[in-house]
Amino acid sequence: MKNIIGNINKAFDNRVRLGIMSVLMVNEYADFTNLKEVLGVTDGNIASHMKALEKKGYVKVEKSFIDRKPNTRYSTTKAGREDFKKHIEAIEKLLNQNHKKT
Amino acid sequence: MENEKYLRDLSEIKKMMSSSSRFISFSGLAGVFAGCYAILGALVAGFLLSEQASNMSKASEVMIFGDNNLVNQLFYIALAVLVLAIGTAIALTTYKAKRNNQKIWDSTSKRLLINFSAPLIAGGIFCLVLLQNGMMQLLVPSMLIFYGLALIHASKYTYSDLKSLGYTNLVLGLISTQFPDYGLYFWTAGFGLFHILYGIWMYNKYERKPE
Repeated sequence: MKNIIGNINKAFDNRVRLGIMSVLMVNEYADFTNLKEVLGVTDGNIASHMKALEKKGYVKVEKSFIDRKPNTRYSTTKAGREDFKKHIEAIEKLLNQNHKKT
Repeated sequence: MENEKYLRDLSEIKKMMSSSSRFISFSGLAGVFAGCYAILGALVAGFLLSEQASNMSKASEVMIFGDNNLVNQLFYIALAVLVLAIGTAIALTTYKAKRNNQKIWDSTSKRLLINFSAPLIAGGIFCLVLLQNGMMQLLVPSMLIFYGLALIHASKYTYSDLKSLGYTNLVLGLISTQFPDYGLYFWTAGFGLFHILYGIWMYNKYERKPE
């Protein structure tokens, strides 16, 4: 039981961060507008959560210019993918256990 | 309480993963229409072929001259079926996307289009090569096999149900290699009948709103 809770990752414990990671897990990369459309939250909201994930080393940011317009592309790092998988597995185990108890 | 939160998290994750990577505005009705066009095209082709067969018994010189003409006619029928089917699919998909307030041209639809067309265009070119070399008996199997492979490949980027239609066409194409005389029937089953059945099934599953 202790082990499972240890794998629940505080860095992902937020709706927007879960959303960002989910999108990036199944896509090679996503840009800011993509994420905004899919998640349906404000610019500032995404930016602040993205910064937190970036600080943890879970997402990579690439800035470039497309048709002279700035474009920011996000993708997951290896550590990000591994820890996110662990996080989901931990949630599933926790749910299973609680399900058995009741 | 905790449980509910985590359950919600999991379903949110699933939703985000599928909506950001799969294009789901595709309409099942497009399949039904494509199937109808294919059957109409096959009826016209069948009529032309039987006319050719009766001509053949009358005079054998006509056959050699008329053969090329017939191939051209069949080619234009196939082209017309293709253009009608694609046109209807685009129109219905645009309509459905608009109704659901989704974008029709985004990263998911682009990816779907690229992954669907790559095997299909390769197959189209391959079929033209068969035509060029007069290997007619392999034409129908190749069309079905390449179309099946394209569907299987594309199913990763839209409804995963598309895979079953892909495998059906693939197997049908392989079987049809053994029955070269019944090519038109196999073609009609694969592109006509299965499209209609599958389109109706998809429509019922995803689009029909409960009253």
